[in-house]
Amino acid sequence: MNLHEYQAKQLLRSYGIAVSNGVASDSAEGAKEAALSLGGDRWVVKVQVHAGGRGKAGGVELVDDIQGVEDFANKWLGKNLVTFQTDEKGQPINQILVESCSNIADELYLGAVIDRTSQRLVMMASNEGGVNIEDVAEATPEKIFKVAIDPVQGPNENQADKLSSSLGLDDRQKIQFRDIYMGLVRLFLEKDLTLLEINPLVITTQGDLLCVDAKINIDSNALYRQEELSLMRDPSQEDEREAEAAEWDLSYVALDGDIGCMVNGAGLAMGTMDIIKLQGGEPANFLDVGGAADSKRVSEAFRIILSDSNVKAVLINIFGGIVRCDVIADGIVDALTHMGVEVPVVVRLEGNNAELGIKKLAKCNLNIMTAIGLEQAAELAVKAAKGITQ
Amino acid sequence: MSILIDKHTKVICQGFTGGQATQHCEQCIEYGTQLVGGVTPGKGGQEHLGLPVFNSVLDAVKETNATASIIFVPARFCKESILEAAESGIQLIVCITEGVPTLDMLEVKMRCDDLGVRLIGPNCPGIITPGECKMGIMPGSIHLPGKVGIISRSGTLTYEAVKQTTDFGFGQSSCVGIGGDPIPGSSFIDILGMFQEDPATEAIVMVGEIGGTAEELAAQFIQANITKPVVSYIAGVTAPAGKRMGHAGAIIAGGKGTAEEKFKALEAAGVYTVKSPADIGKGVAELTKW
Repeated sequence: MNLHEYQAKQLLRSYGIAVSNGVASDSAEGAKEAALSLGGDRWVVKVQVHAGGRGKAGGVELVDDIQGVEDFANKWLGKNLVTFQTDEKGQPINQILVESCSNIADELYLGAVIDRTSQRLVMMASNEGGVNIEDVAEATPEKIFKVAIDPVQGPNENQADKLSSSLGLDDRQKIQFRDIYMGLVRLFLEKDLTLLEINPLVITTQGDLLCVDAKINIDSNALYRQEELSLMRDPSQEDEREAEAAEWDLSYVALDGDIGCMVNGAGLAMGTMDIIKLQGGEPANFLDVGGAADSKRVSEAFRIILSDSNVKAVLINIFGGIVRCDVIADGIVDALTHMGVEVPVVVRLEGNNAELGIKKLAKCNLNIMTAIGLEQAAELAVKAAKGITQ
Repeated sequence: MSILIDKHTKVICQGFTGGQATQHCEQCIEYGTQLVGGVTPGKGGQEHLGLPVFNSVLDAVKETNATASIIFVPARFCKESILEAAESGIQLIVCITEGVPTLDMLEVKMRCDDLGVRLIGPNCPGIITPGECKMGIMPGSIHLPGKVGIISRSGTLTYEAVKQTTDFGFGQSSCVGIGGDPIPGSSFIDILGMFQEDPATEAIVMVGEIGGTAEELAAQFIQANITKPVVSYIAGVTAPAGKRMGHAGAIIAGGKGTAEEKFKALEAAGVYTVKSPADIGKGVAELTKW
């Protein structure tokens, strides 16, 4: 789960970390009031969406009068922002963050991730702040300094000092950096984060460290013990179909092709997409019906797949381990009978009770082609999507 | 011979009396697994599936001399259950449950390593040594005792590899599903090393997927340490970047972890790769000339 910048900054503040002053608002009037309450004569206004690349897309501006704040809010609220990270529709803008302007002398980067290779929480810092850190990592990996944190013992100040020495901070900044470092790691561990980025962490013209942007991802598997964070979820930023699928414990990702896929198991679901491509077709989606697929979930999966108007054929690929193929077959027959599915459906059943399932499909007199093996299933589906049936 | 488990392995189940555990334990027993009891706190002294139920793993180990445990408890209790098993003398833990928080796994993995306990999973189908012992949720009937060792991050793709190597008549020495999480208890490398040492294993199938660097590390390891033929398939060539594909660990992040990179690393290490999940059995046949 992702947080908005303003939510991430609330969390940082609650851990005593120095963050730029700001107020989020959902109206132009509110944005204006926010600017007045912050005071000063220059503000940074930022649209709040779950996507990077806001600045380049015009979603961040520096304004030096109240009217500018109001204009910015009027221009963006209720619209969508399209960045290099979004689809062509973009992400809806429901909040504007108004912040006091900081005088920046230098921009640093600070980020924490769970490093899968070393199996440790790793904090990374760099003097190359304010730019895409992945580019820095690719071109000049030596400019990124890292420390690994023991998940049982937690962070210590020596690690913070090691990073601040590498960054070349002065003595006063070193003390500020310790607070930021310790706070960030504590936040990461206590709130079940999977990613925390401060980019940039700025050095102000007064020589103080300040977090000016913040990105936080939370481990969805841990939301049960993070009630406060669960409440920060913003469904408007999520893909509607993916969210709907998740309610049914289905894992769905929309793609650009025309062959809808319904598969059990994430690996096999990806494998099915791959083999469709190898056979000259294009998958319309990834969909894992999971280990406990029953008739209801199969129907729901159909509904989600067919809500994509590009879908010209559906390939169902089930290798029954936990799931029984005859139960899936019942679900398919049920769904096709009640939903009026008009596109051809290719079904491959293997494993647990597969023969019984295939028999059930053969008897039902519906627009179903059964396939033997993965390759034949993909071949039939690709042909069916092109209008060739047998 | 085989790896990790055989007909002598004494297994207990944690979360024994739950619905999923009951269904799968019945099938394990039917397959011939020496399931000797189970643990459900508060139900000690009862009997379930004709076997004793214990309050703790320690009690179960004392009474049954079990060395292996299969875990079906809900995700939020997995950390506690795995650590309990590891600290009670269990040598091999298989955790089936999906959805264990990543930070829990960081700690669990570290503690298991310190204690020298082997953990497989979580979010995995388990392990099977065909004809001898099944510690997992895979359908037993597709397996055939034989000579191919199978390792995979995905459950149903493991079944695919099993079915194909069975259809070719090669059979399997052991099959290990290491699971689809970002921090798995055991890596490809851990299991590859065991298959290299196992006389019954004559060829290895490794099924990977997008996300992380486990396949790249495995490629280096294979080049340096594995003399047996290895066939590999990586799922997710068509997966978009930045999207989690079902498994918590299956995500191309920051342009890293693509199937192309993994195929390239494996091919550079001399591994025989197949681009279609339907060609795994055929790949083994072509490489080994069996």
